[in-house]
Amino acid sequence: MPLKPQKRTGLIFFPAFDWAISPNHPEREERLLYTQDQVFEEGLLDFDNIREYKPGIATAEDINRAHICVPDAGSVVTESHLISAGGAITAADKVLTGEVDNAFALVRPPGHHAMLVVHGARGFCNVNIEAIMIEYIRHRYGPKRIAVVDTDCHHGDGTQDIYWNDPDTLCISIHQDGRTLYPGTGSRDEFGGPNALGATVNIPLPPQTSDEGFLMVLDRVILPILDEFKPDLIINSAGQDNHYTDPITNMRFSAQGYALLNERLAPDIAVLEGGYSIEKALPYVNVGIILAMAGLDYSHVREPDYDPVALRQSADISRTIEEEAAKVMNLWKGRHEMKAKLVGAARYVKRKKCIYYDTDGISEQQEETVRVCDDCGGLVMIESVADTGNRIFAVILPGRCCPECRSHGEMFYEKTNRGKHNRIYFQDRERGVFLVK
Amino acid sequence: MILGIDVGGTHTDAVLIDHFAVLKKAKVLTDERNLVTSLLSVTKALVDESTVHQLERVVLSTTISTNAIVQNKVDRVGMLLVSGPGLPPALYDVRQDTCFMSGYINHRGMEIVGIDRIEAARMRDRFRSEGILHVGIVGKFSTRNPRQEIELREIVRDKFRHVSLGHRMSGHLNFPRRIATTYLNEAIWDLYHRFVKEVLHFVHARGINVPIYILKADGGTFDISQSVDFPVQTILSGPAASIMGILTTTGCNSDAIALDIGGTTTDIAVFADGVPLFEPFGVTIEGHKTLIRGLRTRSIGVGGDSVVRLREGRLSVGPERDGPAAAFGGPFPTPTDAMIVLGMTGIGDPDKAAAAIIPLADALQCPIGEAARAIFRETCLQIAGHVRDFVEEINNQPVYTIHEMLDGKRLNPRRLYVVGGPAGLLAPELGGLLDCEAHVPVHAEVANAIGAALARTTAEMTLLADTEQRTLTICEEGLQTAIPPGFTMEEVVRIGSEKLRKKVLKMGAAEEDLEIEVVEAQEFNMVRECYTTGKNIRVKVQIKPGCIADLKRGDALCR
Repeated sequence: MPLKPQKRTGLIFFPAFDWAISPNHPEREERLLYTQDQVFEEGLLDFDNIREYKPGIATAEDINRAHICVPDAGSVVTESHLISAGGAITAADKVLTGEVDNAFALVRPPGHHAMLVVHGARGFCNVNIEAIMIEYIRHRYGPKRIAVVDTDCHHGDGTQDIYWNDPDTLCISIHQDGRTLYPGTGSRDEFGGPNALGATVNIPLPPQTSDEGFLMVLDRVILPILDEFKPDLIINSAGQDNHYTDPITNMRFSAQGYALLNERLAPDIAVLEGGYSIEKALPYVNVGIILAMAGLDYSHVREPDYDPVALRQSADISRTIEEEAAKVMNLWKGRHEMKAKLVGAARYVKRKKCIYYDTDGISEQQEETVRVCDDCGGLVMIESVADTGNRIFAVILPGRCCPECRSHGEMFYEKTNRGKHNRIYFQDRERGVFLVK
Repeated sequence: MILGIDVGGTHTDAVLIDHFAVLKKAKVLTDERNLVTSLLSVTKALVDESTVHQLERVVLSTTISTNAIVQNKVDRVGMLLVSGPGLPPALYDVRQDTCFMSGYINHRGMEIVGIDRIEAARMRDRFRSEGILHVGIVGKFSTRNPRQEIELREIVRDKFRHVSLGHRMSGHLNFPRRIATTYLNEAIWDLYHRFVKEVLHFVHARGINVPIYILKADGGTFDISQSVDFPVQTILSGPAASIMGILTTTGCNSDAIALDIGGTTTDIAVFADGVPLFEPFGVTIEGHKTLIRGLRTRSIGVGGDSVVRLREGRLSVGPERDGPAAAFGGPFPTPTDAMIVLGMTGIGDPDKAAAAIIPLADALQCPIGEAARAIFRETCLQIAGHVRDFVEEINNQPVYTIHEMLDGKRLNPRRLYVVGGPAGLLAPELGGLLDCEAHVPVHAEVANAIGAALARTTAEMTLLADTEQRTLTICEEGLQTAIPPGFTMEEVVRIGSEKLRKKVLKMGAAEEDLEIEVVEAQEFNMVRECYTTGKNIRVKVQIKPGCIADLKRGDALCR
């Protein structure tokens, strides 16, 4: 095997050994126990180019840059969420200050199902740890073009929702087809808001997709799109539930596949998301990802029962994926022409959403209004009602906000009275201002 | 009476202690080629015909293992490694005479692939034909299930002088460190074995018939006859001796910093609530990262004889030393020379010291006294900076629970203990810089020998109960027993404490020194397919490092 260039890799390991959603829940104390065993036993922390860091603790201010929490940040999170978001922030700090070349936040609980407005927990997630990290990065280190590649088996619907209207944040999600798995969304035609078409890319994959299929999508779709988007940073939302042993999904990805994917994708920061085959997959997948990120030979990492021949996807599946990849690329190539067709002469575009918080059993009705704008992501206004009795209105200014969207947004916030709403929020992602009335 | 001896690289120090008062002390030059000669001469200085019968114990801290490794005076060791999948062989830091064998135990301790007996016999014969007399057998996750290491030993055992098994070295997980530790244990085994024989011969010839203890890297002792199987435990006992000495002579019971300032380097150690801290995984010697539990120390290149020079108009101290201070005929100005110029000490030739400082004063365009003051200050600033970094690093050590994140212990040392040559001169300034009360302990020059004399016997034990598989594993003992499904944390702690008690008594501990503490106790619900299938209980118990009985925490050694 040829010698690869080694990289300095930061590892933020926080298994939260004293936190669970409930004793038998997949998101429980035991989840990273065997991963810790494997990482320790392999001696990974003794490599000169792998450094372990203690996570920081995120603050309400950090959360308020990415979310509208109802009624407030303190009410929707526990300490564990602040530490896992803090761990992602620590990973970002180590990379952006140049202390390491890349970093892996191996933290829990996860966050990629948490959307812009947060009434409670959905899909085991309360707040979106990647989005909190991304907005922290922009606040601390200035505007950046950032690509999130969500390799969790479930559609990264929360991250997609937060960046739906942001042309500077590319959200690519590969996941098991939503018709066969939670949360049900993530079809190819979910392609971004009117001012950010193509900044959301979804590649649904059929159940039983194996290494071959994932790597084909990586090479034919993800890498070419990244090449064109030219992000300053690539973030892997590194769910590990595509693994062939995962109890709640139906895919056939392996530790070798995950390692290879991370080597080719070369993310600046990886953040753990889902993955619940805690004993048969996570120890090996995580060792594979750490070695791949550090530029070390991972070719000997494999699961005890790994059988690549038995895991191979069928020819039918290969064909389906090939077709899907081609369709996504067609869509991507036509993204610039799409706006005129979709928007026409409208000045504002609305979308309505019904959001179910499965973990907390809350239902939310939401109407999002975006100002059509050619100069920025556009002013966003959200009217949201949950069956908890909370009704809120939020005004969100994008990063690199144009003067017109800004003055409209400020005016709407000013003019809107509490009235029937419990609260009115103003989130200025460009200037890091967060107001509530 | 207790005789404590620390055989260091340069000096051999010894003390005779009676009822916790130092009766006599002695210092001789160490004869590196024959350590027993050094033992003989210090013992002669302290113990005579009339007192030899009053001895209750003799404790020895020796550099024999450390020196053998540093000077590479080691034997060839045939290493049989059962590595399974994971890191590729090329990423292990292994030398010649290493074979990667078939076999695979996973993280739960389940055997996935068995060993290949024919392959093992072939390697045994190869090692034998090459004249190798020592073998180390190490498996990945062997602390979770020692079976394959034991099977391999059965195949090779009769053909070699000694065989070490990885799981017996430590209960911690870390395969590469387990390899290094097992290798070193065999590599110095013969040499150490001979040393023990000579020591025993020598003490018996002197009519000494009391227990003889050897100091370990963790600042604890074990009986010399027990030490024969684990010579690697005796590496780096020198720094441990000094730290234990500071503990016994000061009665430290709070967060504190200990500094041993020598000519070339300063060693930093830290106490948390009066207990010295261990390295998180194990000590490192000559680039070998081991699993040997050892006191956490940091050595920095600033000492009394460090070279002082100007770098881009700024004073720098160390990290190198080039001979003694100028006042003693050395080639460069040093912090010692600065202290002589400042009139802080009467040692050496003041004219030579001044002559060495003058060029620096000229370059700095200040009077010589001011330059000397600046050097002194810079020396203290550098040491203080390293101390702060070290404490910060310890406080930033990753933790894995929310409880520890939010309520974990943070070190906040307010006491500073300084030993070593210039201790008294630097202590007040360092205390000021670190916002600590500074102390120079009594008998600081033989703190190491005192530390050895009064250290208690220590050990740790790692237990893992897996109620799904219904096994209890005592990792470093290689024991696996069946347990019922309802096994609890309390039972694991009870068994661990009982086994540990028996173990340290066998290692030579006194019943009254058995301060057993639980250092780790974690319990995980194991859930498979939505049902709880068992518990994974992890416990670590240890004998708290400290002094032998009568000298309780908070008491100090009498003058």
